[in-house]
Amino acid sequence: MREPALIRMLPDGRRLHLHDGPIDLIIEANGSKQEVAIAYEAAAHRFATILDELCAELPLLRGSVQKNSAQPQGVTAHRMFAAVEPFSEHCFITPMAAVAGSVAEEILAAMTGAAALDRAYVNNGGDIALHLAASQHYAAGMVERPDRPSLFGSLKISTADPVRGIATSGWRGRSFSLGIADAVTVLADRASAADAAATVIANAVNLPNHPAVARVPARDISPDSDLLDLLVTREVGPLPLPDIKTALDAGVRVAETLRNRGLIHSAALCLQSHTRIVSPSSTPFFMEISQGSLLHA
Amino acid sequence: MTDIFPPDTIRCDACPVLCYIKRGHAGACDRYANIEGQLVRVDPHILLDRAKSQGTPLVPFLEREGDWDGKIMKGQETFVTAIGAGTTYPDYKPAPFIVSSEVEGVDMVTVVTEGIFSYCGVKLKIDTDRHLGPERNLVRAHGEPVGHVTTAEYGSQMLSLGGVHHLTGGTKSEGRVTCETLLDLCNGKEVELTIDEGASVRVAAGQPPVVNGQREERMRVGCGSATIGMFAKQWFGKVDDVVVVDDHITGVLSEHQAGKLLGVRETGIAIQGRRSTPGRYFQVAEPGTGWGGTNISDPLTILKPFKAKFAWPNLRLLMVSTTGEQYAYYELDEALRPVEKELPEALKESVARIRENCEPALASVIFMGGAGGSLRAGVTENPVKLTDSVKRRLTRVTCGGAPAYIWPGGGITFMVDVTRMPENAFGYVPTPALVAPIEFTLKKSDYALLGGHVDYVRPLADVLKEKERQRQLTSLPQNPWPLKPHVESSES
Repeated sequence: MREPALIRMLPDGRRLHLHDGPIDLIIEANGSKQEVAIAYEAAAHRFATILDELCAELPLLRGSVQKNSAQPQGVTAHRMFAAVEPFSEHCFITPMAAVAGSVAEEILAAMTGAAALDRAYVNNGGDIALHLAASQHYAAGMVERPDRPSLFGSLKISTADPVRGIATSGWRGRSFSLGIADAVTVLADRASAADAAATVIANAVNLPNHPAVARVPARDISPDSDLLDLLVTREVGPLPLPDIKTALDAGVRVAETLRNRGLIHSAALCLQSHTRIVSPSSTPFFMEISQGSLLHA
Repeated sequence: MTDIFPPDTIRCDACPVLCYIKRGHAGACDRYANIEGQLVRVDPHILLDRAKSQGTPLVPFLEREGDWDGKIMKGQETFVTAIGAGTTYPDYKPAPFIVSSEVEGVDMVTVVTEGIFSYCGVKLKIDTDRHLGPERNLVRAHGEPVGHVTTAEYGSQMLSLGGVHHLTGGTKSEGRVTCETLLDLCNGKEVELTIDEGASVRVAAGQPPVVNGQREERMRVGCGSATIGMFAKQWFGKVDDVVVVDDHITGVLSEHQAGKLLGVRETGIAIQGRRSTPGRYFQVAEPGTGWGGTNISDPLTILKPFKAKFAWPNLRLLMVSTTGEQYAYYELDEALRPVEKELPEALKESVARIRENCEPALASVIFMGGAGGSLRAGVTENPVKLTDSVKRRLTRVTCGGAPAYIWPGGGITFMVDVTRMPENAFGYVPTPALVAPIEFTLKKSDYALLGGHVDYVRPLADVLKEKERQRQLTSLPQNPWPLKPHVESSES
């Protein structure tokens, strides 16, 4: 039975929670009370049909994007397609690689289109679309392993930074990964681009045919997976240091390439407690590998 | 879709994605799963699931909208633990919470933090008579040194794991592996450890240890000599001599004081090793994982030949280990050579009795950490006053609601039994260091006196309103209620 979408304010009275099927959004807008109310109204209104729109084109969105692929119709689907298109020449990719970021971006666009906000974010399970008006900032913590939720770093994005999207991908996450990274967090100019790039970089952190890595065809787990029979990572045993370096090097090379192409701003790559950062040297370093604000004993 | 899916695949219709879900898997949302061919809504939160599977009663997590009505959990019956207080993703909120509640007419304050402990470790007690390795030798995980063998205690071997020197004083890899080992042990997971020149053990808090692939069942009832003393009467008349094989003190019935008192006839039995007093032998063999913590697999190897002067044909001999797990029964032939025979019914009971009196062997994990200045500063503006208040027992210290033993002397160095804490209470940071919950509970008036952050105190009802981030568990019955206003003694 179709479960109705959930649209509610969280008990803190500040944040909006939207949930439908696999989409789960936490939204916060800052600004005048009136503008925030208008923004939330717009988010809820836009949200009401977004899953149905995507599902109407699901077979197309699950298909590999190639040079002459047919373009989808829906606005959100189009964001997904545009986000993965730059990668289509170099690797297997489907628009689904950018679904979470694209949904976040679409809802944010509905909010900022309807109301004048100082700041807003739409967080879709860790893939985040941001809006920052003058002199605002957004702070986020980074988690390496969802099964051991500790912050491995923090980042702070200010209005002046060219970043409006944050996304994380890794084999421990909810979506399948072809790579072995615990987590790759990417900052890009928009959430859909960050989402697609995080997927691609996480796939690249890899050690093909390594005995410590267990992989199975995606369809063995999810019969309708867009990854078909590509081998997805299910378990990564402890790796010797040189192998960790090799895998991270491979990911860093791809991340550098994407950065040079202007597709991402920066990335943090995590594998078995080893972290590598790819970021522009010219701009201030705002991604910090630190301990958040836990109290040190 | 034209694909043919296996018959145990179901199609979920909870949303328009219409996932095909294989048996034992969940759909794209992680909320609906195929369990035994049925579409089932599953709660994504592991904590809750585990508690359910253990039969722990739970107060249901409320998804209802609107304000907390206060009827389900009365405020003073709820204790906010520090688990998750400092690490909420992605909506990060800094610790500490400082929560006030009224208990029996007294205003109490609980300061709830998650501390990062670089100075921390685990004291591991492994119930076994087997020799795990020489004292002071390194204990390794994944080949990295993570601790050392410390004292042998009665029926157990203690290992000391972690500590700042392994966490941050060695190579990066040593620190990382140490941190993971401590984290897994504290969260109740099984860990494999190897001891230099010693055994390999698999341990998990509250579970029987596995030594060199063999699960330990029982702790010994006493040393070999004590066992002779305890069971001499039951053996008298049913057997001519008994040797209780033990790495510490091997006992011999016919020579032992207990045997003498009963009038057991001399057999002239001669044992390898160093005789301590009559019927008590040290070092009958090398330490090992065989009989009674020795390296013996054939007990006859510790016997010298029987002499005609004392022994006689058909002499009945029982050899048994201190846990009764190993035993063998012999009768001497005409040439006074022991021949193994089936254990007579009359002796089976005494061997079973030894086994019965041996308690289940377990591995126990005690987390030990020190709350340093900056953590204490999160509680009060004047950290030393918190130490003082803890020492004077005005402030109760708990970890995830479990009582902590506070060491005498300076600082707040505490120990806590991880099995009394909720599951997965520990985290880590890549420093590397462990993140452990710690709560300080004291009277509100005392809190103000010690320079507490009174401006940040929030009423409990207020904290409970943020229920989307909370899981409520029933406290373990063996733990005293942390909010009892009259803090008298920290539980040991």
